[in-house]
Amino acid sequence: MSSFSVNEPSKRTKWFAGTLVIGYALITMIPLVWIAITGFKSPADAIAYPPKYIIGSDSKAGFQPTLEGYVNLFTTRTRQTQEFLDANPPENWADEIVRQYDMVIVGPSKFGERFLNSVIIGFGSTFLSVFLGTLAAYAFSRFKIPLADDLLFFILSTRMMPPIAVAIPIFLMYRQLGLSDTHLGMILLYTGVNISLAVWLLKSFIDGIPTEYEEAALIDGYTRFQAFYKVVLPQAATGIASTAIFCLIFAWNEYAFAVLLTTANAQTAPPFIPTIIGVGGLDWPAIAAGVTIFLLPVMIFTILLRKHLLRGITFGAVRK
Amino acid sequence: MAQIVIKNLKKQFGDFTAVQESSFTIEDGEFFMLLGPSGCGKTTTLRMIAGLERPTSGEILLDGEEISQRPPSERDIAFVFQMFALYPHMNVRKNISYPLASQGMPRAQIKNKVAEVAKILGIEDILDRPVGGLSGGDRQRVALGRAIVREPKAFMMDEPLGALDAEFREHMAEELRALHDRMGATTVYVTHDQLEAMQMGDKIVVMNNAVVEQFGTPQEIYDKPATMFVADFIGSPSMNFMKFHGKVAGGESAVDMHGSRFSVPVAREPFEGDLAFGVRPEHIQISDAAAYRAEVLATEYLGTTQIVTLNTAGGEVKARVSAQQVARAGETVGLEFDPKSVTLFDRQTGRALKSELNEGVLHG
Repeated sequence: MSSFSVNEPSKRTKWFAGTLVIGYALITMIPLVWIAITGFKSPADAIAYPPKYIIGSDSKAGFQPTLEGYVNLFTTRTRQTQEFLDANPPENWADEIVRQYDMVIVGPSKFGERFLNSVIIGFGSTFLSVFLGTLAAYAFSRFKIPLADDLLFFILSTRMMPPIAVAIPIFLMYRQLGLSDTHLGMILLYTGVNISLAVWLLKSFIDGIPTEYEEAALIDGYTRFQAFYKVVLPQAATGIASTAIFCLIFAWNEYAFAVLLTTANAQTAPPFIPTIIGVGGLDWPAIAAGVTIFLLPVMIFTILLRKHLLRGITFGAVRK
Repeated sequence: MAQIVIKNLKKQFGDFTAVQESSFTIEDGEFFMLLGPSGCGKTTTLRMIAGLERPTSGEILLDGEEISQRPPSERDIAFVFQMFALYPHMNVRKNISYPLASQGMPRAQIKNKVAEVAKILGIEDILDRPVGGLSGGDRQRVALGRAIVREPKAFMMDEPLGALDAEFREHMAEELRALHDRMGATTVYVTHDQLEAMQMGDKIVVMNNAVVEQFGTPQEIYDKPATMFVADFIGSPSMNFMKFHGKVAGGESAVDMHGSRFSVPVAREPFEGDLAFGVRPEHIQISDAAAYRAEVLATEYLGTTQIVTLNTAGGEVKARVSAQQVARAGETVGLEFDPKSVTLFDRQTGRALKSELNEGVLHG
């Protein structure tokens, strides 16, 4: 007997959908995998043709993995005379790797600093966007605010042109205010761009939380703020998490403003990575290593919050 | 436990008047029903008593204290919501203990109180379950538990049985009334279900279009309606209104309608104009001897009784008579009305005319 069910897809549909999803995942993952592999190649293997892609194999397509790219990424090195090299044996494994080019490590590179800037600015602006966005969204959702619709439209209208269109005014403004090339300046800038997204996303989440929960808390003897903090916030966790991911992804990946407004002190990783140039040609393994490390935080953050994200993306559609 | 006095309470949302100046008194320990169709202002009234809405004007006295401008947390009133509003991120125990935690009660004491309430409601076995998977009835009990645990001065209930299925409602209604009798706490209960109001309430306020139509015991409301709206809203089938033009003199105990003379309770006010002769279905007898004739349109068999729909000179009426009585569609029969229970209404205003019957009940 053949069975038919409305909610349960047929085996063929499942198989087809599975193939489609796996196929799509493979295609989108190829560049990422390629970058991750390149990070472990030597500079020569990285630009070899035909390309080498089998780790640890002796075949024509194989290469021996090395940490050279990572060492180059995190250090600055100088070439030394043979006498110097002979007099000073390598101190550690990293030193040993650079010796093959007659070089010694003289200090750390700027990458660590730039990466830390990205972390401070990315997470700082994400926190600020979500914090302000939640409060604003709660107010818009629950209170009668004069001109609420106009204000919401105004907030949204800041997204109607690409942010980079106002780059020059912002550049001049920041120079006057002394915010150029500062962490605070970049945090404020990314918060300003993200806040409209945060307010709109979170408002729809908070609209979906019945007001009875807060009213129950008010009746139970709590103040409005306690009711917000103890009852609304836990309910809005899903929305807050997915909003945070969207904000972080923007702030983390932003390139144009970072190039324009930061040079040394507050430069983030995206404008820094392409400037990693090796001796006698682009140091592709070092660049690939930098990109790989750069991808990790957003990946980890997203994986940690993924169970919220799925419900978050379909916000408003599903109500408990 | 407390008495609640509502004085000229009014609520406006912009141009819309949700509650027109209303006044009534809820005595200590009463199970008090706010009854009316949806949008009549009953829930707004309840929310004003609880402090969830601020009245535009008027006073709310709780045990003699004016509280209408105080925040809900300072009123010591518990509220049971229609959809229960249990905190979804907490388990049953935390939900019930939440109001106590706000008072800063020591943990050991909270534990005892919760155990006590759980025993009263018979929910000891689900205390550590999350509220998400509970059945409607259990959610209802947890919501009640959260309300009674802190022993408030009064309970507000906003259609607490509305979310339950019909079968279970009956059972929960009994449970609720039993709980009230046991605790003796002043309870204000909003419903649009007239049966629920009659069944459970000590007193009923009937509201319509932001106005209090009548306020009294279920018997008073049923037998002595103050307006045509109340007469129509309460009872199933509702009161019959036979339309006629006529007059009554003060002190008279009969009225002429469509050429027949009917005994009515002694009138206390004279009136002439468009009248409605209000009589409940069960106060109509079908009798071949009666002079007032009507044609049987349909019959509905209900077991011990039947509802007979008849066409009279004053319009359609429904009579509730014994199932044994023979009535066939198309037949012409005679009708008699129980003279003690007739109410005459002014059809223009919908107001009941004062008579021996409703003396002392009507107000305003």
